[in-house]
Amino acid sequence: MLNEIAAEHHAVPGGTLKMTARNVNVFYGQKQAIKDVSIDVTQENVTAFIGPSGCGKSTFLRTLNRMNDTVASARVEGEITLDGEDIYSSGMDVVQLRARVGMVFQKPNPFPKSIYENVAYGPRIHGLAANKGEMDQIVEKSLRRAGLWEEVKDRLTDSGTALSGGQQQRLCIARAIAVEPEVILMDEPCSALDPIATAKIEELIHELRGRYAIVIVTHNMQQAARVSQKTAFFHLGTLVEYGETDTIFTNPREPRTKDYITGRYG
Amino acid sequence: MTTGHTVKAFDDDISQLRALVSEMGGRAEAALSDAVQALVRRDLDTAARVVEEDRRIDALEAEIERQAIRLIALRAPMADDLREVLAAMKIAGVIERMGDYAKNIAKRIPVVAEIRGIEPMSILPAMARAVSEMVHQVLDAFAARDAEGAVRVCESDKSVDDFYNSLFRALLTHMMENPHTITGSTHLLFIAKNLERIGDHATNVAEMVYFAATGQTMAEREKGTGHQYMPDAE
Repeated sequence: MLNEIAAEHHAVPGGTLKMTARNVNVFYGQKQAIKDVSIDVTQENVTAFIGPSGCGKSTFLRTLNRMNDTVASARVEGEITLDGEDIYSSGMDVVQLRARVGMVFQKPNPFPKSIYENVAYGPRIHGLAANKGEMDQIVEKSLRRAGLWEEVKDRLTDSGTALSGGQQQRLCIARAIAVEPEVILMDEPCSALDPIATAKIEELIHELRGRYAIVIVTHNMQQAARVSQKTAFFHLGTLVEYGETDTIFTNPREPRTKDYITGRYG
Repeated sequence: MTTGHTVKAFDDDISQLRALVSEMGGRAEAALSDAVQALVRRDLDTAARVVEEDRRIDALEAEIERQAIRLIALRAPMADDLREVLAAMKIAGVIERMGDYAKNIAKRIPVVAEIRGIEPMSILPAMARAVSEMVHQVLDAFAARDAEGAVRVCESDKSVDDFYNSLFRALLTHMMENPHTITGSTHLLFIAKNLERIGDHATNVAEMVYFAATGQTMAEREKGTGHQYMPDAE
């Protein structure tokens, strides 16, 4: 019975399993930030994590590529798998994991290097290109997929930091794409961007869907509604409701979800 | 039942929209009972006023539509709020039709007023009361987001259909026995039909209220044999 309830909670039908989390708890020192979260991330869908500040959605996102390892006081319990493989097992190469599960952050953070080097850096350290020609191809393909190629193809040697905020964010997405990830995690990728740059990123998310499993944390509920097919609502470290985005925004099951999305929370 | 929005102005907007729907519904309800009273009392002044008042109802529909569009554009309502705003807009469209039926009844009064002694006419006020009650209750249900109240409104549509069927039979008999009253009787039949349609519209509104409140469509309810003389009804 309990298993059935749990199963109903973390699984949303439709889609090939890419990542799974089971009974995940995260602690920062004594404080528990994530409480017993189980969820499935599917290959074909964009999954949005929503919830008020401090609800644990970003913390949980970071457990999916072990970014919390960089926080000394953080401790993760439970099981998280990528294609069925436990990413917290001792045999897991974290550098390799982060190449497979890429990340885009809230503020665009290009390296203080040329546009070309920003994209080429990852493939170079992972040895993905045998020569300059192959590297050129990877850079062009990544920039094209990130919807930035036409805007920067004539100035690839300019500094990445000289681009506009929206362009920088797309450069960061190109950089994440360049190492051929399987999953892309986005932590509020548009919160520092204007509406047009935001729309371009959203269009890009739409384009990238299917090629990569995408998980996006956003404070902007309209954005979650626009870009995702599945939505998970977090509150006080727990996963309150996980379902079809359509359902979450038109007829959520849980009163707490309803209060949050209709603007009644708090 | 539900707490207010963090942005208080959002609550104000929704309250205002609800108040407009209530006002519009109240006017349609009044138009209906005034029209039937005017019919019974052969009161041509009241009948003319009902026809005139219909413009106010139409204007309210336009205002509700304007407010709903504004609310959607500015507040981006979600979930039950979104359902309620859309329901308000659809309900306004239905109430506008109810108003038209009341107006249509009022327009027939000058013709019917000249005809005396059609016995089945005595059923009309009771039928009109039953229809008014449905309209009243469904508006209450909308205001209170009361799904159960909406279900009760649907159930009471059966009695309106029963009124219509019995009036239909009585008028048919009356026309066969008194062929010279066919013109007046036919008008009365149309009036009864208008009342019956208002009842159906109240049922539609009830279904919208139910959906707005619960997010589910109302389960197909028992329709009974209410529509035996209405082959193309619904």
